[in-house]
Amino acid sequence: MKIHEYQAKELFKKYNIPIPQGAVAFTPEDAVKTAATLGGFPVVVKAQIHAGGRGKGGGVKLAKSADEVRSLAGQIIGMNLVTHQTGPEGKEVKKVLVEQGLNIAKELYLSIIPDRATAKIVIMASEAGGMDIEEVAAKTPEKIIKVYINPLLGIEGYHCREAAFGLNMSPAVMKSFTPMLMNLYKLFVAYDCSLLEINPLVITKEETVVALDAKINFDDNALFRHKDILAYRDLDEEDPLEVEASKFNLNYINLDGNVGNMVNGAGLAMATMDIIKLAGAEPANFLDVGGGASTEMVENGFRIILKDKKVKGVLINIFGGILRCDILAQGVVEAAKKTGINVPVVVRMEGTNVEKGRQILADSGLNLTTAVDLKDAAQKVAGIVK
Amino acid sequence: MSIFVDKNTRLLVQGITGKEGQFHTRQCVEYGTQVVAGVTPGKGGQKMDDIPVFNTVKDAVKKAGANCSMIFVPPPFAADAIMESADAEVDVIVAITEGIPVLDMMRVKNYLSGKKSRLIGPNCPGIITPGACKIGIMPGPIHKPGGPIGVVSRSGTLTYEVVHQLTMQGIGQTTCIGIGGDPVNGTNFIDCLSAFQNDPETKGIVMVGEIGGTAEEEAADFIKKRMNKPVVGFIAGLTAPPGRRMGHAGAIISGGSGTAKGKIAAMKASGIHVCEDLGRLGELCAKVF
Repeated sequence: MKIHEYQAKELFKKYNIPIPQGAVAFTPEDAVKTAATLGGFPVVVKAQIHAGGRGKGGGVKLAKSADEVRSLAGQIIGMNLVTHQTGPEGKEVKKVLVEQGLNIAKELYLSIIPDRATAKIVIMASEAGGMDIEEVAAKTPEKIIKVYINPLLGIEGYHCREAAFGLNMSPAVMKSFTPMLMNLYKLFVAYDCSLLEINPLVITKEETVVALDAKINFDDNALFRHKDILAYRDLDEEDPLEVEASKFNLNYINLDGNVGNMVNGAGLAMATMDIIKLAGAEPANFLDVGGGASTEMVENGFRIILKDKKVKGVLINIFGGILRCDILAQGVVEAAKKTGINVPVVVRMEGTNVEKGRQILADSGLNLTTAVDLKDAAQKVAGIVK
Repeated sequence: MSIFVDKNTRLLVQGITGKEGQFHTRQCVEYGTQVVAGVTPGKGGQKMDDIPVFNTVKDAVKKAGANCSMIFVPPPFAADAIMESADAEVDVIVAITEGIPVLDMMRVKNYLSGKKSRLIGPNCPGIITPGACKIGIMPGPIHKPGGPIGVVSRSGTLTYEVVHQLTMQGIGQTTCIGIGGDPVNGTNFIDCLSAFQNDPETKGIVMVGEIGGTAEEEAADFIKKRMNKPVVGFIAGLTAPPGRRMGHAGAIISGGSGTAKGKIAAMKASGIHVCEDLGRLGELCAKVF
């Protein structure tokens, strides 16, 4: 799960991680009021959307007066911000973060992530702050410091020293950096983060470190123990069909193609998307109804696919194991009866209770195409959407 | 022959009295697996069908002689359950549970290093040696006993598809193992490939990977350097968009790494027979093996 910068900074504050003074504003007037509490100008007005690259897209501006705050906030709130992460359609900005300007001496990069290969928590830091870190990693990997921490043991002073000396910090800066890094690690572990990134982390002319930016992603699997984080969810940032699917515990991702598909199991769902592409069409979605799906889940999944206006045909591919083919067939029939099928549907079923499932579909009177195997299914779908 | 489990494996089931645990335990018993014990804290002394239930894994090991465990414990308690089994020195731990927090699994992984237990999964269908024993949730009848092919995969139903196609071609399996779709897991591709390489009955391997991480690339390198048995490979997720978690927690392309293209290239460069069309995987296997 992703959250906004201002929300991440609320968590930073809770963990005594230095951030610039500031607050979120939903209107230009709010923004002016906030700016007045920051003790002078310039202040920074930052668009709050989940995607990165906001500065380059024109979503981050410096204001030297209250009037400038008002006009800049007016421009940014309501703008359609396009960045390399939003895609060409962009994202509407609904709120801004207004913050005090800092006397910046140096910009650094800092992040904490779980490393899947070593099962360690890794701190990544670089003096190449403010830049696209993926680019730094690709072109000049030697500029990135990595410090690995065993999660059973936790962070120690030497981990911080390794990072600090690697970043060529002065003793004064190090004094401010060490407790900050300790607290960031604590926050990371306490909230089951999957990414914690500060880019840039700034060293001020006063020789302190401040998190100018803040990005936190959370492990979806761990949200059950962080109910407070769920309150940070912003449905405006998510695809409406994906929001609806999440209500039914369906793994659904909306894509650009025109062949909808419903599959049980994530691996088979990805492979089915690939097959659609191989047959000369493009998948309209990823949908894994899961191993133990009920008739109701299948019904809702099918309904969501049919709601997608792009969809010109549907491929249902189920390998019955725990999810029996008769349950699937029942769900498809229910959904079809309730919403009506307006596009051709190809069904391929195999595994547990396949005969029963095929019988239910045949008896339903619905206009469905049955495929005997995957190869056959792909050809039939391709034939339909061509 | 087979790898990791066989007809002598004595299984205990953690979470045996839950709905899933009960259902799948019965399926395993029906397949012929020796299920000797169940563990549900607080229900020690009861029975599930004829299987004695214990409060702790240590009790189940001591009193019922279990040497393998299958875990159906819900995600919040699953890491604890895995570590309990490892502490009781169970040889093989098969964690079916999907949705364990990554940081929990990282603690488990570090805890396991230096212990004798092998963890398979989590978020996996389990392991089956067709005709001998089934430890997991896969449908038994799609498998064909007797070998000569080993199957290793990060997925569940995709593995069933692969196995089904092998069986349809008349190709049997020695052992089929699902290593799970999570970013941090116990047994990896290389552990399985190396075991298959050393198993005289296994004449070839089908390896099924997907986007995310670098496990397939590392496996490809291992195959090139250390194996002489033929390997057929498949990677799911060519059409997956970057930055999105595709159902499995581990199936995500991040920062340009973990793409299907990269994995397929690495596998081809290592001499693996890469199948590009899942619909024809069985046919390809019939040709290669």
